[in-house]
Amino acid sequence: MIQHLIVLPVVLPLVMGVVLLRSRFGSTRFKRIASVAATLALAAISLALLLRAADGEIAYYALGGWQPPFGIVLVLDRLSALMVMLTSVLAIGCVIFACGGDDEKGSNFHGLFQLQLMGINGAFLTGDLFNLFVFFEVLLLASYALLLHGGGKSRIQSAVHYVVLNLAGSALFLIAVGVLYGATGTLNMADMAARLGELPAERNGLVTAGALLLLVVFGLKAAILPLYFWLPRAYAAAPAPVAALFAIMTKVGVYAILRVYSLVFGEQAGELAALEQPWVWWMALATLVAATIGVLAARDLRLLVAYLVLVSAGTLLAGVGMNTPEATASLLYYLVHTTLVTGGLFLLAEMIAQQRGKAGTRIVKGRPLTQGGALAGLFFLGAAAMAGLPPLSGAIGKALLLHAADAGQRPWLWPILLISGLCAIIALSRAGSTLFWRSHEGERGGEPLPRQQWIGVSLLLATSPLLVALAGPISDYTQATAAQLADPGALVSALLSDNGGAP
Amino acid sequence: MESLYAITTGVLSACGLYLTLRGRTFPVVVGLTLLSYAVNLFLFSMGGLTTDGAVVVNGDGDYADPLPQALVLTAIVIGFAMTAFAVILAMRARGDMGNDHVDGRKHEDREETRR
Repeated sequence: MIQHLIVLPVVLPLVMGVVLLRSRFGSTRFKRIASVAATLALAAISLALLLRAADGEIAYYALGGWQPPFGIVLVLDRLSALMVMLTSVLAIGCVIFACGGDDEKGSNFHGLFQLQLMGINGAFLTGDLFNLFVFFEVLLLASYALLLHGGGKSRIQSAVHYVVLNLAGSALFLIAVGVLYGATGTLNMADMAARLGELPAERNGLVTAGALLLLVVFGLKAAILPLYFWLPRAYAAAPAPVAALFAIMTKVGVYAILRVYSLVFGEQAGELAALEQPWVWWMALATLVAATIGVLAARDLRLLVAYLVLVSAGTLLAGVGMNTPEATASLLYYLVHTTLVTGGLFLLAEMIAQQRGKAGTRIVKGRPLTQGGALAGLFFLGAAAMAGLPPLSGAIGKALLLHAADAGQRPWLWPILLISGLCAIIALSRAGSTLFWRSHEGERGGEPLPRQQWIGVSLLLATSPLLVALAGPISDYTQATAAQLADPGALVSALLSDNGGAP
Repeated sequence: MESLYAITTGVLSACGLYLTLRGRTFPVVVGLTLLSYAVNLFLFSMGGLTTDGAVVVNGDGDYADPLPQALVLTAIVIGFAMTAFAVILAMRARGDMGNDHVDGRKHEDREETRR
């Protein structure tokens, strides 16, 4: 049983997704209980995987017993365990929130939600480049359907852009995989890393082309500057629990960049080592600038949070572009914080919209809120964490990143990151004071919000103080993760020697 | 054989790219389909083209690389599902928005203002 644990984060959501899709006309109560129970079980499995990976062991699971480099493998190391854990924590918040009524606005919410979790977990765990493509498609297909959940003009319009762009991205992904396979003769990432070292020099150009094509694909997922224009509208139009789960989707792109370029194009690749670094660094800084302008210009709370997702994507990619173990450690801490808090803010925006009635999330004067005090308190917590104000987790994450920059990078990173933080404070405080203080005279409107929504939001936003309280152990873990990533040789030898932990 | 293959792939992807950049949803869907055909052909060739070889390992004779065939099969299935979804989405967008422009705005309006 214990050696099959690695495949469970993929199999459990798959089975639950099929069960929930089959019982789509069944009682709402059953679907909700099954979905929440499956997500809680997923969190328990992720925790077990995290504890297993924490001592630095690199385990792999050979599907069907076909040993690497020939078979498809799922690889568990510190990074993938951390990402799977993060996904399941975020999913708990989203699925509990959805039980407050959002899941019944369309059909099949819970089944598609589980399939989306399967795609995300699979993308984090896989050790095979083509399998990564397959899991990207699984998570994208589920996300297309979830984005349309509930219907409406703005959703369909943004979904057209989102689907077309991602289909074009998939085509590019396949071309890149084809080029890399043609040049190296393997699809297993560890095997590819081992073979790149002894690659004949005339194939360098081909591998460079394939690697940079991959960067375009991952950049589209991670929403780096010239490829982010689909994101704000899609995230602002998506239903709240879906938008909150989408907070991890840009991180799938960041993860893929981190994984592929640290493993395959690490130091052993010779001339090809770190070939993405100059591109990522400068485009990440440009993303930060553009997203900051978007944050200041947004006139709608959901759009504002969507641009904050972009700010965090730019910050994370700047950390990737620095390409040092310290930067990787601090970006992983920031990644955990920003995923959970932006997820919480998307959920909170939906609750505010429900209480404000016609004004929705537009940042204009509206009627006073029935439960304004509690909502404002949560908004204050989330906004302070997101903008990076001490004593919450955003401040620690940003301070770690600023500290990790070396002397040549500081003149660029420090002003841009700090000014973007300042602009986030300005935009969030303007939004908060308009939404909660500058309201019309008159009756307080709106129904009291369901209990599940309060639980979901509080769960996600409460992680920010928790991340501060546990900052010591978490940053120890991320530092160990960064050290493991900086040494791809360990993963290669764990996979390609025959005495691994295979079933 | 190689040049014919390369030209076919190139023409397919050029047509696909051109149609994908059009402003209406139907050409975009057709363009994506052509693009996925081009990608499938490209994937086929990624192990190198072999002529007159067996499909799988046949003793110590010449044989074609089996992996691209498996990959192309996966890519075809996924591409087919995606195309079906994109068609349905385009129809929904046409029904809900009242026009088939990818941005959801009426093409005629813009032409009138230009005049």
